[in-house]
Amino acid sequence: MRHHNATRRLANHADAECFAVFTASDSTQKQVPRKGDSDEQPGEGGGPQKLAKRGKELKDSMDALVDEIDEVLEENAEEFVKNYVQRGGQ
Amino acid sequence: MAVPKVMGTEVEYGITVKGDPDFDPISSCVLLVNAYREDQAGDILWDYDQENPLADARGFQVDGEKYTPNQQENIARNKTLMNGARYYVDHAHPEYSCPEVTNVRELVIHEKAGERILEASRREANALLPPGAQLLIYKNNSDRKGNSYGSHENYLMDRRTPFKQIVEHLLPFFVSRQIYCGAGKVGSENRGHSVDYQISQRADFFETEVALDTMVKRPIINTRDEPHADREKYRRLHVIVGDANLSEYTIYLRNGVTALILSMIEDGAIKKSLSLRDPVKAIKEASHDPGCRVRLQLDDGKKMSAVELQKEFLEMALAYTSSRSLDVVTKDVIARWQHVLECLARDPMELHEKIDWVMKKAMIESFMERKQLDWDSPQVGLLDLQYHDLRPDKGLYYLLERQGRAERIVTDEEIAAAVHNPPRDTRAYFRGECLRRYGSAVFGVNWDAISFGVNGEPIKRILMAEPLKGTKVYVEDLLTSSPTAADLVRNLRT
Repeated sequence: MRHHNATRRLANHADAECFAVFTASDSTQKQVPRKGDSDEQPGEGGGPQKLAKRGKELKDSMDALVDEIDEVLEENAEEFVKNYVQRGGQ
Repeated sequence: MAVPKVMGTEVEYGITVKGDPDFDPISSCVLLVNAYREDQAGDILWDYDQENPLADARGFQVDGEKYTPNQQENIARNKTLMNGARYYVDHAHPEYSCPEVTNVRELVIHEKAGERILEASRREANALLPPGAQLLIYKNNSDRKGNSYGSHENYLMDRRTPFKQIVEHLLPFFVSRQIYCGAGKVGSENRGHSVDYQISQRADFFETEVALDTMVKRPIINTRDEPHADREKYRRLHVIVGDANLSEYTIYLRNGVTALILSMIEDGAIKKSLSLRDPVKAIKEASHDPGCRVRLQLDDGKKMSAVELQKEFLEMALAYTSSRSLDVVTKDVIARWQHVLECLARDPMELHEKIDWVMKKAMIESFMERKQLDWDSPQVGLLDLQYHDLRPDKGLYYLLERQGRAERIVTDEEIAAAVHNPPRDTRAYFRGECLRRYGSAVFGVNWDAISFGVNGEPIKRILMAEPLKGTKVYVEDLLTSSPTAADLVRNLRT
């Protein structure tokens, strides 16, 4: 059984967030001001403790999400998916 | 010369009845559509007369039978709403065609209003089903059993732009735009290569580059030529290659960037040929690589990833717009498009609150991690489906949205207003207002016409060949001075 380490991937995302501010942008591209830019926070430091804390926050947040999904997910997954058939579509 | 990008989408929804595996989809659709009641609604026909689905944009007519239901069937299957939308039964699916809008922000609002209307009618229809049976609706494109249904986009274009030019530039654009438009899907279909998760729900189903059919051997570029408008001036580009999207950010980019590219094609601003050697192969290759790294073969011998292709289009768009004054929405679309491409180049998962396929993948992977599941687990297949469930308390997209994990573009208030009110700046205004004010006198309606039956006289059909007329500015006085349909018809004659 393959396990997909979503937590580690999210920790990498935290890495990317912290270091994104240092990524050189393509100098041939004209800079267009960006709105609602929640992925990049200029000035955020990148120490290992902060990364670990961020990693844990994300894991807790994901756990909370999974719990919520569990509560609303239909029962009998296999049968439910098997019964979902659509014909005659464009 | 680019014409204003009036646009609209038609979404076919998936339908099933839990607790009744033998349900009949067509009668369930009719029940659903008729369960949505508006106070002034009469029995109104959809006017099929001007429709010509067998006309091909490449300049010929195909032999075949046009489907036109009889009057009774017509009235049962077609509702035209006071917000200017069409809500109807298309083969075995409920379909919502939103009213014409002039900009992508309003497009998001009206497509979302369609979801609310589907959900409202679903609740009403459920009350009429036997106990234990529950009608369920999904905004997606695939049942993972080989069947697919579409989410179509429509864009107004200048008829003088040669269709060949449209095809040349749109093929690589459509193959690559899925990286920020895809709705994501577990597994593959239609004899596609085996894959755990792919970017697009629809990619596996496309088998030709350019063609008229929308159901068999689907083409990346559809040549349907039914402008529903002045056919000397306009073309309606009918796009069938996209996925059904729930994320507002994704819908916004999908229509916003596509509209911009079409304007650029009209103005001859696509200076590079980015033609792919085999677009049908490439659209699947791109879809099957959620890492967004696979390099696609171009005709000129080069290879480019989908991200690189989109960056070429972005660069040309920046050049095109640098000499033009832009409206706020277009500026915003370009800024977000640029941001998204930068994220995709680093790590697509950075977009886990913005783009449907990434949001769904992140959600599924979190679930798999916690529960020690793999991609073949039944629950993973269920997550893939339930993301698109329209029930606000069960749909997993809506759950993400409630939890603040989905970046929004518009507000719930704007969506609620669009459930009942048409856009003000297209002919949808006239259509919607006529239905609200004169509902019982309306005999038939289409996108470009509305007919009245007044005092037992012959039916009067009013043509609306200009999508940008019939707006509030044009018709407000006329409507105010016409308390009845008879007044309206008389006033129009003078």
